[in-house]
Amino acid sequence: MSKGVLVDITKCIGCGSCNVACKMWNNLQYNQTAPEKGSGLDAENWTVINRVETEKNNEPVWRFVKYQCLHCEEPACASACFSKAIKKTKDGPVVYDVDLCVGCRYCMLACPFNVPKYEWDKTFPRVRKCQMCAGRVYTGDSPACVSVCPAGALTYGDRNSLLAIAREKINSDSIYVKQIYGEKEAGGTSWLYISDIPFETLGFRTNITTTPLPHYTESILSLTPAVGLGWGALLTGMYVYNRRRNEIANEKEKPDKE
Amino acid sequence: MAEKDKWHFTMTPTRYVLLVLGLVGVLMMVYRLVFGLGSATNLNDQWPWGMWIGFDVLTGVALAGGGYSTALLVHILGIKKFSPIARSAMLTSLIGYLLVMAGLFMDIGRWFNFWRPFVSWGYHSVLFEVFWCVSLYTLVQMLEFGEVATEKVKKGWHGLFKKILPALLIIGVLLPTLHQSSLGSLYVIEVGKLYPLWWSMLLPVFFLMSSFFVGPAMVTVETMLGARAHGHKPDISVLQSLIKVSGYLMLVYLVLKIVDLAYRGATGLVFTGNLEGNMFLLEIVFGVIIPIVICFTPQLRNSVGGLVTFGVLVVAGVILNRMNVVFTGMADFMGGAYFPSVIEWLVSIGLIALGVLGYLFIVENFHILPNHKLDQATIPIDGVNSKTSNIEMSN
Repeated sequence: MSKGVLVDITKCIGCGSCNVACKMWNNLQYNQTAPEKGSGLDAENWTVINRVETEKNNEPVWRFVKYQCLHCEEPACASACFSKAIKKTKDGPVVYDVDLCVGCRYCMLACPFNVPKYEWDKTFPRVRKCQMCAGRVYTGDSPACVSVCPAGALTYGDRNSLLAIAREKINSDSIYVKQIYGEKEAGGTSWLYISDIPFETLGFRTNITTTPLPHYTESILSLTPAVGLGWGALLTGMYVYNRRRNEIANEKEKPDKE
Repeated sequence: MAEKDKWHFTMTPTRYVLLVLGLVGVLMMVYRLVFGLGSATNLNDQWPWGMWIGFDVLTGVALAGGGYSTALLVHILGIKKFSPIARSAMLTSLIGYLLVMAGLFMDIGRWFNFWRPFVSWGYHSVLFEVFWCVSLYTLVQMLEFGEVATEKVKKGWHGLFKKILPALLIIGVLLPTLHQSSLGSLYVIEVGKLYPLWWSMLLPVFFLMSSFFVGPAMVTVETMLGARAHGHKPDISVLQSLIKVSGYLMLVYLVLKIVDLAYRGATGLVFTGNLEGNMFLLEIVFGVIIPIVICFTPQLRNSVGGLVTFGVLVVAGVILNRMNVVFTGMADFMGGAYFPSVIEWLVSIGLIALGVLGYLFIVENFHILPNHKLDQATIPIDGVNSKTSNIEMSN
């Protein structure tokens, strides 16, 4: 059963425990000058909490938006990887295997959520992003960030039951926006969000296609064998035909060779 | 027709300059391989792909398209009047691909792992197809060149190369058809990120067509400048027929572009006056429409000036198109900033300089050109390349 995490943005207090837990579990560097809040993802920050100042009912409000890899159901990054260095596991996490990575960075370009980052300062850089603590998830544990959240903003479980919980919540409480972010975006993601502020205001990319991105390339790549064989046959046919025609023309004129 | 069996390569001042640029490029490449992408380039998390992919690889492969388009016309379709240009076009293509391979190698972060996709098959990736096709095609082109080379060295092998040449030629047209289009498919996954003026499910078709019609344009520019350098009249008749092949294809390309824009409801974006719209107009008007007019106006087509203008505009148009896809069209989504570093420039320029030197050496030592005596070829070829980099700089 594919696992996921449900983020309830109304519950997040922006304490940053998840960020610290992530850094400790994944052995990421802590940079004093760049606190976890307000900054984007990078090679050493696999999860961030962005503070959004906005208005609700004409009152200024703050919201804290935890952001990390959303672990797409059909990840564009994995489909873009030409050496199978990125894979979607059965449990849900989209994981990276550095031994297979060539370093082309097509995954970074393919990701609709701008998640994978790179170790630009290294001679042999790795692609860096949240692995959803795949090792913990494999043994039935929750990801490190979920395990430390003191505010109950993060719920770990089967994606299907999380969707049911989310639907129940947004339908029973009128403060919620009637949308589960991640249900359909990019064909669906393992991480799901519910919120009382429109997702667009919170900085989410909302104009995203609901077709899984790999389908776009598959529809083209699947034509390759037919095009290859057909075009190859046509080229061979044309070559043979025109060579014979030139031979006949040459015989008629004078015995001339190329 | 190797008249003498010894090698000759006269160094001129221009060639010394090229040699220095090439050596500087090699030094910079060593620096990049030792110290990594971060210290050598201005690439960053917003702009993971830059000049080496955008110009050296994507544009390089397109401009090398003259090889397979000429091979198709001369060897597969058997159009004999184009055969005088076949060998030089295919040599340019071979060198172009070698430069592309070098550029790619510079750009991959974990270069010691370059062989991985040969064994770990990410067949669901467009890049996988590109990687295999470009590698195989470079090999095929080297074998094709074997037929030329064995006229002078290892003559005993010549018969064998002549025998396998038909198969090589067919594979040598098939593979570029696949990967020229796949380079366009690479950007299909950028749906919603690449500006709608360029993003389309037809990207592979557009990339394929433009790589084909830019071939005769490249050949035209090379031939005209070469002829001028020798002070003799160029053989215009071959070029006139040749660019008509481009002309008809560009007409189809233009119609397809317009239909595609209309179908996706993106026509309005052309005239909004923003950067993307203007760059798109620039690309289409100067790179496609004006060349088509030149091509189908007999007075213009029959003049040397018309032919040169056609060639330069089409080449510039295709370069601009690739730059627009990689940079202009992605800028809005990517944010941040990127401009190639000094090292990125020096490596790109160095690779081109080495390519020009290699071309000159081979042209002067093997039977490539119909009237085989080309000592002053430095100036024209150099001119072509500095022109292309200027266009790119202004982008």
